[in-house]
Amino acid sequence: MRGLLSDDNRIIRVQHLLRTFGTVTAVNDVTFDVRRGETFAFLGPNGAGKTTTIKMLTTVLRPTRGTLELDGLDPVTQSTEVRKRLGVVFQDPSLDSELTAWENVDLHGVLYHVPRRVRRERGEALLRLFELWDRRNDLVKTFSGGMRRRLEIARGLLHTPKVLFLDEPTLGLDPQSRNQMWTIVKNLNATEGVTVFLTTHYMDEADRVADRIAVIDHGRIVATGSSAELKQQTGADSLEAAFLKLTGTTIRDEAFSATDQMRQFARFVRR
Amino acid sequence: MGVVYILWLRELKKYLRSRVQIVASLGAPLMYLGVLGFGLGPVFRRAGEGSYLQFMAPGVIGMTVLFTAMFSGIAMLWDRQFGFLKETLVAPVPRLQIMIGRTLGGATVAVLQGLLIFAATLVAGFRPVSLLAIPAAFLVIALIAIVFAALATAIGSTLKEMQGFQMVMNFFVMPLWFLSGALYPLQGLPPALAVLTRVDPLTYGVDGVRGIMLGASHFGIAVDVGVLLAVGVLFVAAGAWRFSKIEV
Repeated sequence: MRGLLSDDNRIIRVQHLLRTFGTVTAVNDVTFDVRRGETFAFLGPNGAGKTTTIKMLTTVLRPTRGTLELDGLDPVTQSTEVRKRLGVVFQDPSLDSELTAWENVDLHGVLYHVPRRVRRERGEALLRLFELWDRRNDLVKTFSGGMRRRLEIARGLLHTPKVLFLDEPTLGLDPQSRNQMWTIVKNLNATEGVTVFLTTHYMDEADRVADRIAVIDHGRIVATGSSAELKQQTGADSLEAAFLKLTGTTIRDEAFSATDQMRQFARFVRR
Repeated sequence: MGVVYILWLRELKKYLRSRVQIVASLGAPLMYLGVLGFGLGPVFRRAGEGSYLQFMAPGVIGMTVLFTAMFSGIAMLWDRQFGFLKETLVAPVPRLQIMIGRTLGGATVAVLQGLLIFAATLVAGFRPVSLLAIPAAFLVIALIAIVFAALATAIGSTLKEMQGFQMVMNFFVMPLWFLSGALYPLQGLPPALAVLTRVDPLTYGVDGVRGIMLGASHFGIAVDVGVLLAVGVLFVAAGAWRFSKIEV
């Protein structure tokens, strides 16, 4: 069936995407598609280009070269229309901790032009689903890491996005919270048909929730396919082993910080 | 409109919830009012200038508004640090609306702080010429608040780190306050100081408030309001421009 999918079934199309920061190429000729309604995992070591790609898809960063399409729209020239279709949970938290959970959700609804009645009804439904309804009137600064993450995801879904971007959403969460979070997200994926685009360093998560996986390393896509396909391709018995075979065992933190410094330097120079 | 309103409301809610901060930020102006107001009072009177408290009360209100409005720039760095800024910047709304909501929120908070310190000056013995002068003076105070909240937005959008704002406070905000003629009369200043006071927008703010509340202004209330309006337009434009350039 998969070979017969028409263009219309691809909600995200990325072709020959390239992004440089000064002399550093963070994303190098990347091409991939995401199908409507699927859960797509974007995996790679630190500094591989995951977040840079997400930033370009979510209209935050302009590509240096290449084409992007999200629901048939161009994130560069039609950013407002694209933004309406996206729910984004960034790697770093983006809640206002001095406001209550409900105020955060409601403010988000206003920013995304969600009518008052829908804000109230869908907001309540989502907070109940993520088990935060009882705490809706508490300030977010009193929340645990897991609760904050759940709140961010609930908030990101308020305006019924077509694609939900989750950039390392489970970082630093305990297994219980991670498990609960993915159960809810997968349910919404099934019931509402929202496409989920996620990154994670927990291979067991990707193995469990993703329909398809793309592995990126040094700014290039090194493999694409289902978890089973990647295992078969590499002859590994787990996704983690397959990932290590594809991306090597060298630690990337050094390279990451060096790249980061270069980016900061590039920004400084351009100013 | 909804976007501007909700972001304005957010600033207000945060202000009303931070009781400790409200009290803390009144500390410095109250100290100036108490120590300088009463301490320099006898000298001022002997120089034939009348009551120093009457003279400096509008200056202390101006100081409060300046500092509170500029503080909204720090709040923006805070939002950048803790990520909330990003939530607003990726929303499908024009950045101008976000900037205006935030700036008006910061300005409103500054006016509220100005009201509180005005009440304190009344307790200390300050007496405006008439009751009607109070709402009129607060129109000028609102202008001061907008001027500096917009400036704070421009600075907050440009700076990347908290430490930067400390520098702005020391080398920029303190001089704005000391050069504004809030503490001393503008007549007969040495030429260099006279020039510096004239480039400081707060000078016109304090002079305008003084003109309305005490019936005596140096430049004339029309000039004061005109300058504040012009600088306000300029700073709001600068703030909007800098805000549109923020990279997430």
